[in-house]
Amino acid sequence: MTKKKDLIFSLILLAAAIVLVAVLDRTLPQTGIVMTVLKKGCIYSLVAVSMNLLNGFTGLFSLGQAGFMLIGGYTYAILTIPVADRASVYQYFDGGIVQFSIPFWAGLICAGLVSAALAWLIGLPVLRLKSDYLAIATLGFAEIMRAFFQWDTLGPLTNGSNMLRKYPSFSTLMFPFIVAAICIALIVMLINSSFGRAFKAIRDDEVAAEAMGINLAHHKRMSFCISSFFAGVGGALLAMYQTTIQAQAFKSNMTYEILLIVVIGGLGSVTGSVLATFLFYAASEWWLRFLDSPMMIGDWQVPLLRSGFRKVVFSVVIMVIVLFARQGIMGDHEFSLSGLIKLFRRKGKGASANEQV
Amino acid sequence: MAVRYPEQSGAGSLHNKYLTNIRTIPGKYPDFKGLLMDFLSKNLPYFLAGVSVGGQYALIAIGYTMVYGILRLINFAHGDIFMVAGLVTIYASTVMPLYLSIPLTILVTVILGMMIERVAYKPLRNSPRMSVMISAIGVSYLLQNLALYITGGLAQVYPTIPFISNTVTIGSATTKVVTILTPILMIVLVVLLIQLINHTKIGMAMRSVSTDFETSRLMGINVNRVISMTFIIGSFLAAVGSILYFTNYPSVIPTSGGMPGLKAFVAAVFGGIGSIPGAVIGAMLIGIVENLIKGAGWTTFSDAFTFVLLIVVLLFKPTGLFGEAATDKV
Repeated sequence: MTKKKDLIFSLILLAAAIVLVAVLDRTLPQTGIVMTVLKKGCIYSLVAVSMNLLNGFTGLFSLGQAGFMLIGGYTYAILTIPVADRASVYQYFDGGIVQFSIPFWAGLICAGLVSAALAWLIGLPVLRLKSDYLAIATLGFAEIMRAFFQWDTLGPLTNGSNMLRKYPSFSTLMFPFIVAAICIALIVMLINSSFGRAFKAIRDDEVAAEAMGINLAHHKRMSFCISSFFAGVGGALLAMYQTTIQAQAFKSNMTYEILLIVVIGGLGSVTGSVLATFLFYAASEWWLRFLDSPMMIGDWQVPLLRSGFRKVVFSVVIMVIVLFARQGIMGDHEFSLSGLIKLFRRKGKGASANEQV
Repeated sequence: MAVRYPEQSGAGSLHNKYLTNIRTIPGKYPDFKGLLMDFLSKNLPYFLAGVSVGGQYALIAIGYTMVYGILRLINFAHGDIFMVAGLVTIYASTVMPLYLSIPLTILVTVILGMMIERVAYKPLRNSPRMSVMISAIGVSYLLQNLALYITGGLAQVYPTIPFISNTVTIGSATTKVVTILTPILMIVLVVLLIQLINHTKIGMAMRSVSTDFETSRLMGINVNRVISMTFIIGSFLAAVGSILYFTNYPSVIPTSGGMPGLKAFVAAVFGGIGSIPGAVIGAMLIGIVENLIKGAGWTTFSDAFTFVLLIVVLLFKPTGLFGEAATDKV
């Protein structure tokens, strides 16, 4: 029964969120700070969940997420720039070699597919490595991609180190929200299937999992490809959000930031990753914004406040969370009705126990 | 990135000339010695730059590899410690002469490295490895943002250090003294370090802790002291490396530590993380290859090639060139 109740509870929450998003779309200015936070939150929560699938659920420590986002973003941009605009975008490369364009939804799917295909290729050699070696190899792969996409010889395809622009993008919050929600729902379904259980078994003990008849290579590759698929879609969404895309920006710091979000949310918790993403961007872009401008209290100038101070405070907050809340916000639990009830009951019991003492 | 050596005319021209000039004696094998000499004289500037950059990477890589050997931790903040050392030199040299500011840089960097270990890594000693690594990423994030705040986002001009910035001419190459000095200084420091590790009490303790953390503690070794010492040595070498490295560049920005840090880390993995000679050899190889690629006109790929090399090596030796083979205990 609790499972059914939880499902209904989640659906109600989702419906409420859709209504809220629709209302916000009508009321808030589209370029305002709240919208920025919410849009970034939607896009990065998808990427964070995809990274969690790999790092938190399968136990593969991969740092290639920025690379797959790059591939997704570029695939989307290259395939969807309208034919009429190609001459101006690829002005140094005679209009480029791609002389067709596909609708945005097909572009999103292609972004995922190309990412996943490359993940399959790179996974063949790389997935044989373990822990830190896997991490550095995937990080290296992302850096290789970054250089590759800026290569002049590939200019007719990727526009070299110039940016790609004029592809279809979105203006409402509803679009990234719906895409991210569908993708995250798919990931949750995967995690709850027998594949998801196999992934968790691999994470907990590879040798035991293999002994239980789980094909390690096959499942690792699958997790890697699926994670990259959604990272690619996330990259495409990011490209849409920014309206321009340049390979230069997809540095390893981007991957570190996403990893930070995943760990703050809790490794192995989808809802944790989503929550953490929104908190991360709300805190860094919105709540701490006042720290960046000088402030006067009466005649007294508050010291230290100037451009950049927000980021310093924010990183101190991150450090405190990392040091004192090691399990992250959610640990490896999920946010659900039964979880909430349990939490309240436990608190109630704890309180009554305290009273007795 | 700053251009350190005059670019040759036309990308790839050197490479092509070399290919078309293959000197063969009819009916015999190619004249390998002649070819080699040709190759060397044409690529000498790049080769020298490579040896120098390799030496600088080696100094950073030792910090990575030693910390990994003892804590099994990728110290992501190490590259940023290196960047902070650069900034400290800049700020210190504006108020005091260089003979004071350089020792001060080294001192501040060593204290910073020790403090980071105390505050960010020590409380997590019994936590899963992932938590410590995240803490390292957090420290790196903090240092970069702090540097951004203090510098106000402006590139800070690196002071010209006399003597090591002077130019010298070797064969067909004109370069700075630092290019020659780096590998020599690096080798001296590495030899000293190996002596320290092999022949002193603290070195023995370090070897012991890196073999077995728990048992060392039971044997009465003060593990925390050993770890502090590791960070002191790592930060010291990073500070020396930063002085040598940034002399070749006009300025320091908050992300200056990123790429050299990453390259040095790759060098450490390449040589087999945990092994000091491995880190040195890995760093030299990466430095040289990277610069020869620049010499061949493939500057876009000089960074990427480092990683290609890494992936290829890991395919054949999954734990690096000199790494211990991992054994799975069931």
